[in-house]
Amino acid sequence: MAFYFVQFLTGLASAASLFLVASGLSIIFGVTRIVNFAHGAFYMLGAYVAFTLTERFSGALGFWAGIVLASLVVAVVGVLVEMVLLRRIYHAPELFQLLATFGLTLMVQDLVVMIWGPNDLLGRRAPGFKGAVEFFGQNIPTYDLFLIALSPIVLGLLWLLFQRTRWGVLVRAATQDRDMVAALGVNQKWLFTSVFALGVFLAALGGALQIPRDAVHHALDLRIIVDVFVVVVIGGLGSIVGAFVAAVLVSELNAFGILIFPKISIILVFLVMAVVLIVRPWGLFGKPEAAARRTPGLTVNPWRPLTSGERLAAWAGLAVAAMLPLVGGNYALTVGSEIAIFVIFAASLHFLMSVGGLASFGHAAYFGLGAYGIAFLAKMAGLPMIVCLLLGPLLGCLGAAIFGFFAVQLSGVYFAMLTLAFAQIVWSVAFQWVAVTGGDNGILGLWPEKWAAGPASFYWLSIGVAALAVAALRIIVFSPFGYALRATRDSLLRSEAIGIDAKRIQWTAFVIAGTVAGVAGALFAYLKGSVFPDSLGISLSVDALVMVLLGGVETVSGAVIGAIVYKMLSIWLVSQTDLSKLVLGGVIVLMVVAFPKGIVGMLETIRNRRRPELPKPAVLKSGIESAE
Amino acid sequence: MSTAPTLLSVEGLSKSYGGVHAVRNVSFALQAGEILALIGPNGAGKSTCFDMLNGQTTPGAGRITLLGGDTTGKKPREIWRLGVGRTFQITATFPTMTVRENVQVALVSYGRQLFNLLKSTPQFARDEAGRLLELVGMSGYAERPCGELAYGDLKRLELAIALANQPKLLLMDEPTAGMAPRERIELMRLTAGIAREKSIGVLFTEHDMDVVFEHADRILVLNRGSLIAEGSPEEVRRNPQVRAIYLGEGLVYDARHREGAPS
Repeated sequence: MAFYFVQFLTGLASAASLFLVASGLSIIFGVTRIVNFAHGAFYMLGAYVAFTLTERFSGALGFWAGIVLASLVVAVVGVLVEMVLLRRIYHAPELFQLLATFGLTLMVQDLVVMIWGPNDLLGRRAPGFKGAVEFFGQNIPTYDLFLIALSPIVLGLLWLLFQRTRWGVLVRAATQDRDMVAALGVNQKWLFTSVFALGVFLAALGGALQIPRDAVHHALDLRIIVDVFVVVVIGGLGSIVGAFVAAVLVSELNAFGILIFPKISIILVFLVMAVVLIVRPWGLFGKPEAAARRTPGLTVNPWRPLTSGERLAAWAGLAVAAMLPLVGGNYALTVGSEIAIFVIFAASLHFLMSVGGLASFGHAAYFGLGAYGIAFLAKMAGLPMIVCLLLGPLLGCLGAAIFGFFAVQLSGVYFAMLTLAFAQIVWSVAFQWVAVTGGDNGILGLWPEKWAAGPASFYWLSIGVAALAVAALRIIVFSPFGYALRATRDSLLRSEAIGIDAKRIQWTAFVIAGTVAGVAGALFAYLKGSVFPDSLGISLSVDALVMVLLGGVETVSGAVIGAIVYKMLSIWLVSQTDLSKLVLGGVIVLMVVAFPKGIVGMLETIRNRRRPELPKPAVLKSGIESAE
Repeated sequence: MSTAPTLLSVEGLSKSYGGVHAVRNVSFALQAGEILALIGPNGAGKSTCFDMLNGQTTPGAGRITLLGGDTTGKKPREIWRLGVGRTFQITATFPTMTVRENVQVALVSYGRQLFNLLKSTPQFARDEAGRLLELVGMSGYAERPCGELAYGDLKRLELAIALANQPKLLLMDEPTAGMAPRERIELMRLTAGIAREKSIGVLFTEHDMDVVFEHADRILVLNRGSLIAEGSPEEVRRNPQVRAIYLGEGLVYDARHREGAPS
């Protein structure tokens, strides 16, 4: 009994940091409507800066001053980020905001390694809380008790801040209707900046307070952000009380999940999240979001099937690509195969994002599942390659069917957070379930059979499958199903009013995209001859997002170009610099701010500009928003 | 008109939010080919009533019978399948598609081809879509991106979409809201013409009394959630209670050529 009680207290103590970070995320979202992906990065920065400061300042006072000062320093960094970057993208679509803040996260990852080195750092114990309290033969660290007391205090302080101060009233007003607050003469810029500063301060404090409990390392950001996303999905984005309750819930589930399913404790959290989503899709304490209007002004070029000339050009491009083995060596062919595989992967995500408006931040899950599908079939069942290639992607299909069912219950940022959380869950299962997946060591020795073993034959196989996949997705885009999917993206209200079951359509699209991603993963497993948890990881998901964005979200097949350019760039980049994340993150941020249309989108716009304009109707659609 | 079949009958429809009775015990019926207006001051419960009829809100109590079947609490898309066309107060169309494609999607759904992955939609029911666009006077705009249409044209497009499932009943929530006075009259003439020709029943809410009295066969007046009057335009016009409500609001409904302000 005492053991369970101690476990319970440990859970409560872990909830403190989670609550601080999640409440910061919620406060920022409430006012600015930005889901700050970089929140994990600020948490990690808080921990690193606090480590340095607490080492520098001696004594008990030094320690606590270091913690607070570190949080303030990071908050100032946050203010700079808000003023330089976020102010430019408040009116951009959600996807771009998520990507820009993710780009920041990548940059911070390399920066902390540059400054603090790659090794784990062990911080000082908290003065005055070094001991432990004995409870029926079990030890409870006093620092844990301190953390347990801290979260309700922070919750109370936040409540006072929002209920009893003028600033708090403004923030609550802006959370409900920021345009109205601006119309009442409140300086919105500084309100947003101060809210962002508070949110970042809370995140950094969460990180700083962890140093006596945990080592500081450069993967903290992704670990916490996934937990935080789960917390805000359960608690309801925008609700501080929700963040508190859900942080406690998730931490307790983790604490007790270890006892019940030691290997895959994360499953328990997933199950709870699934139940909450079915019962209350907007979270326990959240409010249903008003359906987001499409951001006007981005879509200008209506989609159409290829003209016969363009089709000819596509065939010619494929023919040229097929001739690579005549000129290129083995290395070129391997790179070529990899690019072809990523064309498939990016095209599958592009289908979901551009046609369905569903920006998945965890698409690598289905890529990786396809790869593991091959590993299981080839290594354990010993099936021939062609059968594996046909059946392997079905694991991606199955994963997409299960996770997609829950994900399409949500939309917008909730969808993005949930897909990311799912992908992380699949990744942890692959990582932790060593008996089946080999864990970090992966599954090795997956070589293609003789007919596809040579670099040239594998290259031909890859570009053949890529061409098929891209063509099939294009056919689907212009099929009745594709139009129905676009209809659900354009206007849920109207599509429901013409008999379209949006959730079923979106789910089907999710499964299609997941299966195609599985095909890419299957080929990837054969290309590399092995499967590792990396092929389910967040960075792969983000690679795909960047490829889609680079090619152009608003195009039919921009992802093809995006994948080719991005893959070549990143292979070249890795060979040139050790700071590939820093450069990549910078490229993402720059792209979101400067070229939101992507390569293909820009080409289309240039071409349309050259063409004589159609005579436009006299009155433009400005009436829609204002007419009530 | 009594010989025409009853399309829609509503019995004892009620809905309250918290302690507020938005709609209280409303009953009425609508015959095929009839144009019925639902009017009332702001907050009378028109929109709530409408949302319950088309399935966006679940009724608190009461029964809705559409074309002989009970549709109380059914989803909008199920009600659409029964043959109900719908237009919205603020137009809802697909801005990234062309005008023709907007209608084609509705036809795809009507033809139950939503999960067809192979056919080419740009060729799907092209002529049928063209005919519907011609009907509402939008043929010239067929290949234009819907996102660049003027508001009045969007309203026409919505009408074409609403007609795609060959509806027996049209539900139009403030069909002329936000339009210029001349456009309003044109759109309602068009709607009334189509409805009479195809014997479609029309139920619409409207603030513009010129539109209501010119086109409605019958008028229902809601006030504070309850039906207070029902009858021909002439009867409603003479009803002292209705006069009191509207004069009390400062609206003079027999003034012609008034520059209308919606809602």
